Amino acid sequence: MTIHEFLVPPSEIAKREGPHNKIVMSSRVRLARNVKGLAFPGWAKKAERLRILDSIRPAVEALPQMSDCFTETMDNLTLLDKNILVERHLISREHAAKNAGSGLVLNRDETLCVMINEEDHLRMQALRPGLQLKQAWQAIDTVDTKLEKKLEYAFSPDVGYLTACPTNLGTGIRVSAMLHLPGLVLAEQINQIIQAVNKLGLAVRGLYGEGTEALGNVFQVSNQMTLGESEPDIVERLSKVLSQIIEHEENARGTLLEKKTKTVYNHIGRAYGILANAHSISSKETMNLLSLMRLGVDLNLFPDLDRALVDELFVVTQPNHLQKRYSDKLSAEERDLLRADMLRERLRTVSRPKPKAGATPPPSDKN
Amino acid sequence: MMCCVCKEKEAKVHLTQIVGDKMQKVDLCEGCAAQKGVNDPAGFSLADLLLGLGASQEMEQANGGAEVKCPNCGFTQADFKKAGRLGCSECYVTFSEGLEGLLKTMHKGTKHVGKVPQSLQQSRDLSDRLKSLQKKLDKAVVDEDFEQAAHARDEIKATREKLAALSAS
Repeated sequence: MTIHEFLVPPSEIAKREGPHNKIVMSSRVRLARNVKGLAFPGWAKKAERLRILDSIRPAVEALPQMSDCFTETMDNLTLLDKNILVERHLISREHAAKNAGSGLVLNRDETLCVMINEEDHLRMQALRPGLQLKQAWQAIDTVDTKLEKKLEYAFSPDVGYLTACPTNLGTGIRVSAMLHLPGLVLAEQINQIIQAVNKLGLAVRGLYGEGTEALGNVFQVSNQMTLGESEPDIVERLSKVLSQIIEHEENARGTLLEKKTKTVYNHIGRAYGILANAHSISSKETMNLLSLMRLGVDLNLFPDLDRALVDELFVVTQPNHLQKRYSDKLSAEERDLLRADMLRERLRTVSRPKPKAGATPPPSDKN
Repeated sequence: MMCCVCKEKEAKVHLTQIVGDKMQKVDLCEGCAAQKGVNDPAGFSLADLLLGLGASQEMEQANGGAEVKCPNCGFTQADFKKAGRLGCSECYVTFSEGLEGLLKTMHKGTKHVGKVPQSLQQSRDLSDRLKSLQKKLDKAVVDEDFEQAAHARDEIKATREKLAALSAS
């Protein structure tokens, strides 16, 4: 089975619901683990990496959670396949650059994904829709406990799980949530929030993690410190910060709607206008406008539009997903045309945003 | 005051970062500050700066300038300077001295708190049990409670066997 036959259609994934999924798009917990004594992937020669992959992969595939999984070595995936996995947030950009000696094991419903020989021998992650950090931690904890019976982990009683980069040392845990924060961006409060979150020792990143832009007003918040704090404490601390960010976002939306009604409706109306009528549109512009439409759905401006459609479009309008639908290699310009065609078609039945009665101030005499 | 990166020019940029209850200070000359992107407060993190430079320098100092090589994988501190990653799990022992300061700046603590592999946890529990049984035995001997002492002795024997079986597996 190829990866494309295996992957759950984006329309299905977009329908998955979780707590607070207006603002929290997904939760993720990943653990970094290494096998004792063997060179880390970045330092191991190719032959050694292949041996490590051969020893780890069967152990991962044998997990009960991985029955009916997709399993492949990175050299057997095309660049397009790998980029699609990145656009789905299933593998990191770093892992997409790997070839022979690295591998991937993905479970049937895409809630569990194990990268072999990324920066560490094992990078395993559990994903959940909405705000479900605790559930994601419990899921990955169970997998880890099963694996430690088959693999001898590099562990020191003093400094915990040993990782290639000292920044992951200790618990090897990265707890993160993907947040949609158009309210804080429009209200120009986002930088304050980012600074405050940074001060708490947490990182705020863009859509694809480290060093990426916050396209579509989507931000990733995660813990940075991994040593000296237990996993449940890290999960708890991040959860508390997230519920505060959610509150700030809700407040920002409320205030905007009250004080800058016209500005908000203008943004959303224009976003709809362009997305539903453009004949050429870039991926970046699409994401930023879809973000505004998503906000419109949250504010009940689109009675006949489901948030799931917006979330699906977030994924399928990205360059590699678009390329996948067509056999010929597309140029960026050709993709922009096809993207616009797709958006017009998918939004054809969506009627224009309807500001709620009473929410719009009556026009003054000057107009 | 000299710049703590190039150690050549006078430091003109002084930074203090407080994370949790820990304070870090860095003094830089104008050139190094610009190079490190310190002018842009959003893009700058003290940990990054220390990670890139401080660690390998600290390692060099800790080892008196001599080139240290990991006996398990052949990784050197020069490699760490280049990659910012270590070579294998044994490197944490090889380069432990130089890493200590780095870990302090990066993390909440320097001692692992949290999950421990079950096999290790079991052997830890057993050694704890062994210690308390030994105390019980000593007390019983002092008290001349020989029944209790014999009981403790048997339990110690059983626990030792379990521990041996665990480390053999």
